[in-house]
Amino acid sequence: MTGDDRPILELDEVSAAYGPYRALFGVSFSVARGAVVALLGPNGAGKSTVARVASGLVPASSGSVRVDGRDVAGEPAWRIARFGLAHVPEGRGVFDSLSVEENLVLSFQRRGGRVQISASLEQAYERFPLLKERRQDRAGTLSGGQQRLLSLAKVLVAPPKVLVADELSLGLAPGVVDDVYAGLADVRREGTALVVVEQQVDRALALASSAVVLERGTVAYFGPPSGARAAVEEVVDRRARGRRQAASS
Amino acid sequence: MEQLLGFAVPGVPYGCAYAVFAVGLVLTYQTTGVFNVGYGAQAYVSAFIFAWLVDDHAWPTWAAFVCAVVIVGPGLGLALDRFLFRRIPSSNTTAKIVTGLSLLVGIPALLPVVFGNQNLVGAPSIVFNPDTVYFHLGADVPVNGIYLSAVLLTVVMLVVLVLLLRTTRLGLEMRAAVESPRLLELEGVNARRVTATAWAVCGLMAGLAGVLLAPTEVTVQAQDYVTLMVAAIAAAAIAALRSMPVAAVVAVLIGVLSLTAQGYLPTSSFWYSAALPAFPFLVLVGALLFVPGLRHLDEATDPLSSVDPPPPPPVAGVRGREVDRLVRTVFFALLFAAVVSMLTWMPPTWETVLNQGMAYSVVFLSVTLLTGTAGQLSLAQATLAGIAAFTAGQLANHLGLDFLVGGAVGAVAASVVAGVLALASLRLRGLGLALMTLAAALLFDVAIFPAQAVSGGTGGITLEPRWLPLDLFAPNGHAYFLVVLLVLVLCAGGVALVQRGTVGRFLAAMRGSELGAAGIGVNLPWQRVLAFALSGALAGVGGALLAIQQTVIAPGEFNYQLSLAFVVIVVTTGVGTVEGAIQAGIGLVVVQQLMQYAPQRLQGLTFVLFALGALAYAAHPEGVVELEKRRWTERAERVLARRHRAPATPAVTGRP
Ligand SMILES: Nc1ncnc2c1ncn2[C@@H]1O[C@H](COP(=O)(O)OP(=O)(O)O)[C@@H](O)[C@H]1O
Ligand SMILES: [Mg+2]
Repeated sequence: MTGDDRPILELDEVSAAYGPYRALFGVSFSVARGAVVALLGPNGAGKSTVARVASGLVPASSGSVRVDGRDVAGEPAWRIARFGLAHVPEGRGVFDSLSVEENLVLSFQRRGGRVQISASLEQAYERFPLLKERRQDRAGTLSGGQQRLLSLAKVLVAPPKVLVADELSLGLAPGVVDDVYAGLADVRREGTALVVVEQQVDRALALASSAVVLERGTVAYFGPPSGARAAVEEVVDRRARGRRQAASS
Repeated sequence: MEQLLGFAVPGVPYGCAYAVFAVGLVLTYQTTGVFNVGYGAQAYVSAFIFAWLVDDHAWPTWAAFVCAVVIVGPGLGLALDRFLFRRIPSSNTTAKIVTGLSLLVGIPALLPVVFGNQNLVGAPSIVFNPDTVYFHLGADVPVNGIYLSAVLLTVVMLVVLVLLLRTTRLGLEMRAAVESPRLLELEGVNARRVTATAWAVCGLMAGLAGVLLAPTEVTVQAQDYVTLMVAAIAAAAIAALRSMPVAAVVAVLIGVLSLTAQGYLPTSSFWYSAALPAFPFLVLVGALLFVPGLRHLDEATDPLSSVDPPPPPPVAGVRGREVDRLVRTVFFALLFAAVVSMLTWMPPTWETVLNQGMAYSVVFLSVTLLTGTAGQLSLAQATLAGIAAFTAGQLANHLGLDFLVGGAVGAVAASVVAGVLALASLRLRGLGLALMTLAAALLFDVAIFPAQAVSGGTGGITLEPRWLPLDLFAPNGHAYFLVVLLVLVLCAGGVALVQRGTVGRFLAAMRGSELGAAGIGVNLPWQRVLAFALSGALAGVGGALLAIQQTVIAPGEFNYQLSLAFVVIVVTTGVGTVEGAIQAGIGLVVVQQLMQYAPQRLQGLTFVLFALGALAYAAHPEGVVELEKRRWTERAERVLARRHRAPATPAVTGRP
């Protein structure tokens, strides 16, 4: 680790909207170098929106986003990716119509020539032999878990400064979730900071060094993982109570 | 053998011309995600400018080549990307097809306006001299420069493009950008630039094709322009829009087989006069029906499309009660004023114009129902109108049937044809369905409408006053006006009822998501056939009304270009509502009438206006009129809110 203690990712009073629909209201938190932040909250709380604002897919309407100390507000997504932020989106994060190998090459070719690409491919196949078996198949034919592993393989071979992983375990069998989290742990070992968006609170907190709990587009909790569980339960509780009130009135 | 060669070899340059365009279509689809039928028009532009520079301005050939191919070609491609296709969301198949088709129709109409009338007769050859016979195949089948240029161009282009797409970094990025530009950006690649490059490459190829094929005279300008386009589309379709080599081989085969058959078939036979021209269409229809890859064309969707906000709801749905009442009152007042003026002081010219506008409105309602409500794109609405018109004409001619009754019978016929078309293409969606309807329209244009039994041959059917009892043909009488008004009101009311009723809700569900609609128990095949049949009937009724206003119904009058124009006009005005169709109909004839006063050179501009319409449409897929209505509604609501000092509810608007 370097002596640099600037956070690698920093959100400061960030608001965001989808056209007329507002989704985030002044969200602030930061991710230290090499740290793991669990981003928790019920469905629709704005977790994916935070991830998208960080990677530039959705522009922040106000507030500032800093990646490695650089203000990236208004930058296009591809430039933020070059600054060292990787974002594995919710659901499918690979190109269905390209083969497994083409997916990998697409990711590696930005960083080097042919020799380097084939070395990177070797490395990826060594870590995930299954991908080697299926390298000529279209990525669309892979199972959900295999697609997530493909996304992780790209990140593992060329580690970014920070990885935002949105609901990697969604819809996977428990055994496959283990594989995915093993991959995440590997990424972390490379020195990459992680933002792990999760509904499975336990998994995320086991890995995390701090946690953010979102509630309807605002931060309900930002602190050590130990207090996160209570915060999540409180948020869920409040929501249930709100629903009941709405139903009875 | 010698004879076979003699017939087959002349087919090679045709086949190569088809191949060059088929490969271009596959290339654009693979690298930009757009099935750009305007590719032919792009080629035409380069060929045109090349000939213009060499002939009229005596530029040296190489300089003209650089200008027309290296500068204009990619430049035009970049412009198309920048001003049209970039603005269209990749999921909006309708908008992409309509825009491509408008280019196809609009660009050739625009060029004479800009450059004055020109043709390409004197276009020089770049590589081989067209008139020199280089060698003989067999004993005496001469091979001249035309053949050599065509073959060389096809082979070189094919090899270069396959290598580009399959082995280079750019090729990989272009294919990725088609699937999901956003996912590509997450890889650190500037997806916009990749797509722009793709358009530039496609433009370069189109320009090259245009200039190199121009001297062979099997160009976009020849009268078999449509055949060229259809053959290319058919070959691309057989290749499932995926494999360029397959597309090229099929295209060459179509060319060679057509000419060989032409050589052997006796010129007087049915096969020669009807089946031969229909051959490429049949290949296209066959491909659409049997190539499995075409059924899944629009299925590879962008996983990051969930980042886009949902489209704004239509104005009528969000405007406040007070504004709504005001709008309705004004509308009925205007309607009343229009009827009174028509019956009293309106000059006959303008009465005719507005009558025609109402007839168009009826046809346009068929687009509203099919495309606006059910979300199905049909490029054969003018054909359906024509079916009804010719049916009514023939019934009156042979049986002495009243033209209005015949029109009703014709509408039923059009409805049946539309239903059959829908049945035949049940497994197709989006682009596939649009191509199927386009093929049907072209088939009618080339093989059915010109037939003696249908339209009375090239002369058309001359309308006779005795076919109509009510004096409807008399231009100054008001009887026709009243009939059209009645029909329009009935049709508009009918469409509005359908939209609001159960069927309308089913159709709207189908438009939203076919999968979702099937999930809530909508019988998709039946709903689609129903939508087509109803729409066919409306188009037929409108077609009969349009026919009454002419002295002759000629076969060329209901061609595919008109269908295209219909769709473009309606979708640009606003395809979602009944008002949109009526505004489109009246707007069209008013613009046409105003064009009468414009200078001669600008007469061709009507089609250019369509292209401009497409430009506006690309930016605002909900329709231009719809957009303006939204703006005005918002303004009115603000004013009203201020007056009442009511707590202003934050209106949900589509414009952040
Ligand atoms: N494309 C979109 N258009 C409009 N609203 C959206 C869109 N995506 C998400 N939202 C809204 O933004 C809010 C936050 O959503 P999201 O960030 O996806 O939540 P989470 O990931 O925590 O489930 C929700 O209210 C959701 O309805
Ligand atoms: Mg989410």
